[in-house]
Amino acid sequence: MGDPSGGAAPADWPLYEVFIRSRSGLEHKHVGSLHAADARMAVEHARDVYTRRQEGVSIWVVRSADIVASDPADAEALFEPARDKVYRHPTFYAIPDEVKNL
Amino acid sequence: MYTQALDTHGREPVPAAEGAGPAARFQARIDADEKIEPKDWMPEAYRQTLIRQISQHAHSEIVGMLPEGNWITRAPTLRRKAVLIAKVQDEGGHGMYLYSAAETLGVSRAQLIEQLLSGAAKYSSIFNYPTLTWADVGAIGWLVDGAAIMNQIPICRCSYGPYARAMVRICKEESFHQRQGFEIMLTLAQGSAAQHAMAQDALNRWWWPSIMMFGPSDGDSRHTAQSMAWKIKRFSNDELRQKFIDVTVPQAQFLGLTIPDPRLRWDEATQHFQIGPIDWSEFYAVLKGNGPCNRERLEARRAADAAGAWVREAAAAYAAKHGGRAPAGASHG
Repeated sequence: MGDPSGGAAPADWPLYEVFIRSRSGLEHKHVGSLHAADARMAVEHARDVYTRRQEGVSIWVVRSADIVASDPADAEALFEPARDKVYRHPTFYAIPDEVKNL
Repeated sequence: MYTQALDTHGREPVPAAEGAGPAARFQARIDADEKIEPKDWMPEAYRQTLIRQISQHAHSEIVGMLPEGNWITRAPTLRRKAVLIAKVQDEGGHGMYLYSAAETLGVSRAQLIEQLLSGAAKYSSIFNYPTLTWADVGAIGWLVDGAAIMNQIPICRCSYGPYARAMVRICKEESFHQRQGFEIMLTLAQGSAAQHAMAQDALNRWWWPSIMMFGPSDGDSRHTAQSMAWKIKRFSNDELRQKFIDVTVPQAQFLGLTIPDPRLRWDEATQHFQIGPIDWSEFYAVLKGNGPCNRERLEARRAADAAGAWVREAAAAYAAKHGGRAPAGASHG
C-alpha cells in the first residue's frame, strides 16, 4: 500500500459499511466501516475490528458505494413538512384525567 | 493510546474566503452543540485540521503497538501474555476506527499509510521511547494510557460526528488498558526489592514523557483557540495535564513509588499538585525525529508493509477472480 519513495498512492480496497446485531431480537445497527478485498474478508475483518468484546451475534457488510443516501441540502424539503404536524403525536390531544385507558 | 500535541504539527489552518453565509451558519451549528457529519458543509480549514489530527491519532495507535508488542513473547505469565495481546490488538483496532473517521473527510487510506511510511506524518512522540523492562509495559498502561484517557474523553464530545463516535468506542475499550498497567505496577511494587526497583526505574523514565503527551504549554500552543471555537478541543493542554497530575500522584503514593520530580508539591492554595519545570527541549528533539527509537519505529512499519505486500496482492487477485462476492456459504440474515 505505502510507497515510501513518494509515488502516487495505489487505490484502496473497496470500503464496506458494517452493521452488527448485538443480540437476537435486536436490529442490525451501523457500527463503522472498513476496507476489504471482498465481502468475505469484510466479514472477517468486521469480526476482528468490531466484535472483540462479544458486541455481536451477526454481522452485515454492505459496500459503501451501494448505499444511496439523501442529500443534506434536501434536508429541509424532506423533513421540515413533519415539523408542524404535531397532531401525529398522542400528546397533542387533551383528554380529561378521569378518562382511563386512552 | 493517544497522540500528544496534536495541535503542534503541520500548517496553520488558513481561514479561506468561503463566503460569510455558510461559515456563519456552520459556526452557529457548532455553537448550538450540533454535530457535523461528513456530507455537511464545513470550512476547508476545519476539514484539514481534522484530517491532520485524526490521522496523527490513528498513526499513534498503529505505532503504539510496537513498544508493547516487544514484550508479548516475554510476558512473565500466560495471563499477562493474553492480556497484552488483547491490548495490542485493541490499539490496532483503534487505529482502524480512526483511519475510517479520517477517510470520511476525503483522504484515502492509502494516502494516510503512505504519509506514515514516508515519515511525512507525525505520531505521538511517546512511542519513540524504548521498552527496556517488563515494568515498562506496566508504566505504559498506567501512565501513557492514563494520559490518553484524560485527553480522549473530551474528544467524545467533539463537534465532528465520526471522530466523536470513534472516540466513544475507544474510550470504552481503553479503561482496561490503564487498569492492567496499574496492576502490573502494583504487583512489581509489592514484590521483591529488585521488582520494586524495576517499577521505580520505569516510572523514572516514563513520567516526564507522559507529562509531555499533553503538548506544549498553553502559551506556546498554536491551534488551541481555533480548535476550541470549533469544539474539536474542549480543554487546554495545561488543564488536561494538571488533571492527569492530580489523579496520578496519589496513585504513585499508593504504589510506594517516587515521582521523579524533586520540586513536586501539593499546593494548598490552588488544591493542585504543582510540578517542577518541564524540559521541553527533549520533547521537541523527539518530535523532530531524534528520540531513541524514531528510526526503528518507522523501519518496523515499513518492514511490516513490505512483508504483507504479497498477502494483499493475493487477496486482490482472489477477489478479482470471484467478482468481489463472498464464495458460497455466506448468506443474508
